[in-house]
Amino acid sequence: MADIKTVIETLHPLERKVLPYLTKYSSISDLAEKTGLQEVEVMRALQWLENKGILKIKKELKEVGALDKNGEDYAKKGLPEKRVLSALAKEEIQFKDIVGKAKIEKEEFNVCLGALKSKAAILIDKGVAKITEQGKKLLQKESFEEKLIAKLSKGNVELKSLSPEEKFAYDNLKKRKQIVKTILLKNVNAELTEFGKKVSKEKISDAKTSDRLTPAMLKTGGWKGKKFRRYDVKINVPEISGGKRHFVSQAIEYIRKIWIEMGFKEMTGSLVQTSFWCLDSLFVPQDHPARQMQDTFYVKEPSRGVLPSPLWKKVKEVHENGGDTGSTGYGGKWSEDEAKKNLLRTHNTVLSAQTIANLKKEDFPAKFFSVGKVFRNEALDWKHLFELTQVEGIVIDPNANMRNLKGYLKEFFGKMGFPNVRIRPGYFPYTEPSAEVDVWHPEKKQWIELGGSGIFRPEVVKPLLGIEVPVLAWGLGMERSISEYFEITDIRDLYRNDLKQIRGMKAWMR
Amino acid sequence: MPTLTLNKEVLEKLVGKKLPLEKLKDRISMLGTDLDSIEGNEINVEIFPNRPDLLSEQGLARALSSFIGVKTGFRKYKVEKSGEKVIIDKSVEGVRPCTACAIVKGLKFDDEKIKEIIQIQEKLHVTYGRNRKRCAIGIYPFEKIRTPIKFLAKKPGEIKFQPLEANKEMTGAQILSQHPTGREYGHLLEGLSMYPIFVDANNQVLSMPPIINSNQTGKITEKTTDVFIECSGFDFDVLHKCVNMIVAAMADMGGKIY
Repeated sequence: MADIKTVIETLHPLERKVLPYLTKYSSISDLAEKTGLQEVEVMRALQWLENKGILKIKKELKEVGALDKNGEDYAKKGLPEKRVLSALAKEEIQFKDIVGKAKIEKEEFNVCLGALKSKAAILIDKGVAKITEQGKKLLQKESFEEKLIAKLSKGNVELKSLSPEEKFAYDNLKKRKQIVKTILLKNVNAELTEFGKKVSKEKISDAKTSDRLTPAMLKTGGWKGKKFRRYDVKINVPEISGGKRHFVSQAIEYIRKIWIEMGFKEMTGSLVQTSFWCLDSLFVPQDHPARQMQDTFYVKEPSRGVLPSPLWKKVKEVHENGGDTGSTGYGGKWSEDEAKKNLLRTHNTVLSAQTIANLKKEDFPAKFFSVGKVFRNEALDWKHLFELTQVEGIVIDPNANMRNLKGYLKEFFGKMGFPNVRIRPGYFPYTEPSAEVDVWHPEKKQWIELGGSGIFRPEVVKPLLGIEVPVLAWGLGMERSISEYFEITDIRDLYRNDLKQIRGMKAWMR
Repeated sequence: MPTLTLNKEVLEKLVGKKLPLEKLKDRISMLGTDLDSIEGNEINVEIFPNRPDLLSEQGLARALSSFIGVKTGFRKYKVEKSGEKVIIDKSVEGVRPCTACAIVKGLKFDDEKIKEIIQIQEKLHVTYGRNRKRCAIGIYPFEKIRTPIKFLAKKPGEIKFQPLEANKEMTGAQILSQHPTGREYGHLLEGLSMYPIFVDANNQVLSMPPIINSNQTGKITEKTTDVFIECSGFDFDVLHKCVNMIVAAMADMGGKIY
């Protein structure tokens, strides 16, 4: 244990005020009275002193008996049974008139009648109540109950301190309506430890220490020769929750950095898009199941957007007959109205299409990425959200090939903590070849699918760009890897916005 | 994406080779399908929309056996001349103008096989057929039909036959308003003044596509050996491919294509 002098030097002014009184007083109320401090200040001082090993705080619960509403009333007027007796002592009373004559409450009547009869203090004969000899004696005597009420009327009494007779009377009264009540008191007492006793013997209040160094002291040099209060830098302090980014935002920020480091430019755009940009320009057939209401959120108002001219005509041709791409298209008739429908973007490939449409030949090779929300009409459960974070990337380069594609994905997922990447054949309407992207999960020892990729079809690139150039493209779901990192098993926990969870979450550090 | 449930033993038999589990998992994944799970004998696979030919045990086995080198190269399916005729009436123009048909003979059906055929039909309906809008498939026991078959359109009130899962004759209009399948797919005929039907030489109605078959002539049983298949829709190319997928699967079951 620290030596006494050092401890004294660490004492806070509140502690210094309280400590001298602790040899004589132990309760908070007493200490507050003697020191002139508020009870909360005393409590704080006691806690600090306890931390320093000077005292022990003892908390105990005390049960205290007190008069309740009726009890206070009876303390003045006497118990109802006593009043009945004294009324009967004067005259015999018709049973039904007792309540009125003795001036008691109706609800008390049955109880006190029972009590009187059991003590054989009254007799009831043909509806008339009379007092007995026994009753007359009782009238003279003060009962235990009356004594107790008298005692309580002078002040509350701790139940433990009651005599057996008083306790008996208390329990009897307790059964009746609002005569006595038990109050639970929390009592805090401070008791000096052996060490504390030694400390308190020192002259504490005289110790002249300063609590803070002020700018004025620094200017005047007044701090010289002053004694300053010691601070315990190791003491536990309450946790302060500072502001920080939401853990998903931290992850997204990191993802953004990865792509920027690889020389990608960020694409951004509106969450609301036309079907044209989100689907038609990407050669998704107009009868594709993904366009149905159960898969996509369509916007009610405004339900239609504007088609970019003259691009939409080229896209129409590609859908209907392949246009000048060498493809046969899907056949059938392409509907302008279908393409005008507004929706919440279902993938960020929509941004890729818009970016490609604005590119010129001089811009090649070019690399773009985006990270942002996409929306799917999914039923919400532990595995599915309707709002997802998708990373999208494109590389427009006459020399690009699938090998490059895998390289980019490998680089990215390596930095996300998944060094093993596998691509396997898949299918998307806008890419050929198409590849699903899997990463190896080292703990689960299995491949998990995290996205799709491929090289855009000529049916996509040619109308948008005017020429045919390989465009590598990928769209990767991020929730899975973000949840893995934060050890979240229910995907909904990512966006629960529970302050406690957010404060307790570790920082993203890859 | 549609999923396909396969029996591992059946698949191995069809493929003609047994692979160790890990290898099988890897190969199915790399085939261009999404392997969901292998649990015991049950394999669950998701099929991408560009490969409707994989929507049957036969189709998947065909692709897998090529992929792992058991039987490589294009399969050749022999198609014989049947000499039978399907006459397409002018009345279906503007209603459901196209059909592609075939006959497969020499099949041996049991309960399992019938279920399998129905599964293929349904999977193709949902995916490739875009819920019967683009393509609807009908399969009939050939022995109950007399050729030539006619594809024509009639007024809903004039069409009368007992559909599957019904106990009485109904008109075209009644089927749409009362029969459960009619109610489900009725929107595909909505607004048309004529509904398409297949009838045989005896003037028996075979079916009213894309809704339902007749109970008399449109139900395959364990006694059936030869079947007549039709696909109806709007684009002959689509229907042609669809018929090909079905007859190829049936040929892999041991049938002969006409």
